[in-house]
Amino acid sequence: MTAYESLGAAVRFSNVSVHYPESASPALTDVNLEIDEGELVLVIGRTGSGKSTLLGTINGHVPHFTGGRLSGRVEVMGRDIATHRPRDLADVVGVVGQDPLAGFVTDTVEEELAYGMEQLALPPATMRKRVEETLDLLGIADLRAAPLRDLSGGQQQRVAIGSVLTTHPRLLVLDEPTSALDPTGAEEVLATLTRLVHDLGVTVVIAEHRLERVVQYADRLVEVADGRVRHGSPAEILADSAIAPPIIELGRYAGWSPLPVTIRDARRAAAPLRRELAGAFPTVAEVAPPPDAPASPAPGVTARGLRVDHGGVRAVADVDLAVAAGSVTALMGRNGAGKSSLLWALHGTGARTSGRVHLADGTDPASLKPPQRRSRVGLVPQSATDLLYLDSVGAECDQADQESGQPPGTCSALLADLAPGIPHQRHPRDLSEGQKLALVLAVQLTARPEVVLLDEPTRGLDYPAKDRLAATLRRLARDGHTVVVSTHDVEFVAIVADEVIVMAEGEIVAHGPSADVIASSPAFAPQVAKVLAPVPLLTVDQVRAALPRNAI
Amino acid sequence: MVRHLHPAAWWIWALALAASASLTTNPVLLAGHIAVLTFVVMSRRDGSPWGRAFRLYAVLGAVIVLTRVILHLAVGLKFGQHRLFPLPTLDLPSWAAGIQLGGTVYLEGLLAAALEGARLGTMILAIGAANALASPKRLLKVFPAALHEIGAALVVAVTVAPQLAESVQRVARARALRGETSLRLRAFRGIAMPVLQDTLDRSMALAAAMDGRGYGRRTASASRLTSGLTLLGLLGACVGLYGLLDSTSPAAFGVPVLAIGAALCIAGIWAGGRAVPRTIYRRDPWSGAEWLTVSCGLTALAASIVSLRTSPGALAMPLQPLGMPSLPIPVILGLIAAAAPALATPVPPLTSQRPERVQAVVA
Repeated sequence: MTAYESLGAAVRFSNVSVHYPESASPALTDVNLEIDEGELVLVIGRTGSGKSTLLGTINGHVPHFTGGRLSGRVEVMGRDIATHRPRDLADVVGVVGQDPLAGFVTDTVEEELAYGMEQLALPPATMRKRVEETLDLLGIADLRAAPLRDLSGGQQQRVAIGSVLTTHPRLLVLDEPTSALDPTGAEEVLATLTRLVHDLGVTVVIAEHRLERVVQYADRLVEVADGRVRHGSPAEILADSAIAPPIIELGRYAGWSPLPVTIRDARRAAAPLRRELAGAFPTVAEVAPPPDAPASPAPGVTARGLRVDHGGVRAVADVDLAVAAGSVTALMGRNGAGKSSLLWALHGTGARTSGRVHLADGTDPASLKPPQRRSRVGLVPQSATDLLYLDSVGAECDQADQESGQPPGTCSALLADLAPGIPHQRHPRDLSEGQKLALVLAVQLTARPEVVLLDEPTRGLDYPAKDRLAATLRRLARDGHTVVVSTHDVEFVAIVADEVIVMAEGEIVAHGPSADVIASSPAFAPQVAKVLAPVPLLTVDQVRAALPRNAI
Repeated sequence: MVRHLHPAAWWIWALALAASASLTTNPVLLAGHIAVLTFVVMSRRDGSPWGRAFRLYAVLGAVIVLTRVILHLAVGLKFGQHRLFPLPTLDLPSWAAGIQLGGTVYLEGLLAAALEGARLGTMILAIGAANALASPKRLLKVFPAALHEIGAALVVAVTVAPQLAESVQRVARARALRGETSLRLRAFRGIAMPVLQDTLDRSMALAAAMDGRGYGRRTASASRLTSGLTLLGLLGACVGLYGLLDSTSPAAFGVPVLAIGAALCIAGIWAGGRAVPRTIYRRDPWSGAEWLTVSCGLTALAASIVSLRTSPGALAMPLQPLGMPSLPIPVILGLIAAAAPALATPVPPLTSQRPERVQAVVA
């Protein structure tokens, strides 16, 4: 490498290892990596693989804030992070986290955009100019005086990006910026990012679980696995990475080479596959129902005229609903469309303004006392860890057995089934996101409820964890449970759901078999459906079932 | 003109009213204070969450009055001539003199307790008014840069504390999902643990975000001069305060030493602040309206102090014998002056969340 080239590196890792004192194995091992100016680099890896540690080192958050021992050198724009704290890098690196609200220091959009500049002591005239520019760049000029808490998730995330952009950083680091957003909100944020890369030449490093959303924008992929890093072009890395979006799985299955990364390329490569599949499925009507079609169409839970008001806002507006027992129903819709309110109202714990909810035998869950209700309807809330308060997995399980009146060991057995190999003495906070979810689900299933409701369970889960959750939910449905799961994740819906409900403004705007509802929607269609349309298949597994041999 | 008044102006105004309220137990005057505070808040608060929190402070004030009355009924020393109703009493040993469990309740004692509660409640309401009128976050902007570590802690506290109530609600709801609704010790743990963890996580995340955005950046290293000045200053302030409060020490010991200490502290903070350069986006100007607000508040306080010096009885509720509360003219005039900012200060900018009010102002 010549000296000239090294000038172009925005970030350089040389032999970097990070050890946290509480863990035996290093979080990062001997990382050598250069990120050039103007690149959009996507960091992928399973939960707990060291992605966040890698990103954290770029602005010195690791080790200055998290502790741990860093060996080797990380240079950001020529500054060594060992001697520069995050605040000393604030003029060159902007960091945006998963939860924008957690990082907001002020109350309104305008103040938040100015905050970083105030700390860098920029002259007020410059600040005024940059605030206006940034408001326009992100398309949020009409929100300038709005309180940050009242914005939608996508707007909040754009404000968070804007608030670090005003200091004109050369480098933007984003840790799962779209994980909490609905597909449309995620599109807004990603469009903003690509615009920054192309128009301003900002270097962007982004970590994301839902590769299907971002992989087409990436110049280079960095895969972190067990603290080790490899990098290359998207097609190169995805050819054999541990996690891959559906489009890549389809490509691997069909044996396409080079692997197409965008829908456009995949559609062009898929023409022969489509022809062959069209032979297998001449019409939409003949599409095989999902393998575990409901055994009985009897509704597991019914709502009539359900209405929920929060303050002056009507969250759920006179909803009529019947969810078949023995099926999985996905609840989709924008952030703030009323999904959570509907789930809580169905459960009976949430406030209900009017309307009625029945279980299969006509009982209204709101009329039951919490312990009895628990044995009829189980709910896994959005922040699932709120349910956990003891200091070990074993203690949580014993407590669940006790409060459900089940024989000791019930919850442990369920947990071993959902997520094998979790040590009982481990603290719940030390579990991975997927394991935490499994524990909460096990706690809720211990009471053997006939209806299981899950609010946004896929947040922070990687593909294998999502597949395992999907398999669990399918099995529950097969055993006769009624499962309703709210999610933004269209690929997850494609794997798991028999039926899809789409909500908007508190009303149900679509309710039907998932193939009908999501395949026809531009925002909600899964990648496989987009690639194979008009063949009505949604998932790679369905393709595998349709063409059992490796056809092409 | 539409703008935010300087937050310090509102705080000085509100604290002056709180101080003025602390001098009186006269129910008419207390009611006057409450009326003035409420009137000004209603006409000059913005749409921020802090503006909406005024009601909470009102509730807190009411709870304080109620608590004081209940305490009086339970353990207070009952006195007076007008018997109201008897309560069963319990004899206590002589060493517990001054505490009376139960016993006959008299109107005078009850009134005294309620008015003491009302006085404290009014002071709390004044703090609530300051919060509602000037978000504490805006006040923290003018916090000295040299004390940025303390500043960070304050910003985190001020941001995370309002979310605490939200956390508690969410966790309590989650507990119901586990079928737990009891209110035993275990329940406390079930709520406290997740809430504390949540709060800690949020606090760390916010502190990290502030750091990552350059909060507390130094261009020059903090000199020993800064620490030396501040330390000496604090020492001087302590000694001075001791001298001021201890009546046996010589007079020269109190005020001058305190003044020197304060001056040293300010010098230290100034020296330290130069190492942490910062600018303010849209600095709140300090102009006529600010002077007016501050002087209105201080006028009310001064009126109360003058009244206290000239006719001490007028500020207290006459209890022995029971009589009508008097109406000291200076205090009334002071309160009228204190209400002036409701009309004489600029209107705060309205947020986009209140379209109907924006339209009303435009029309």
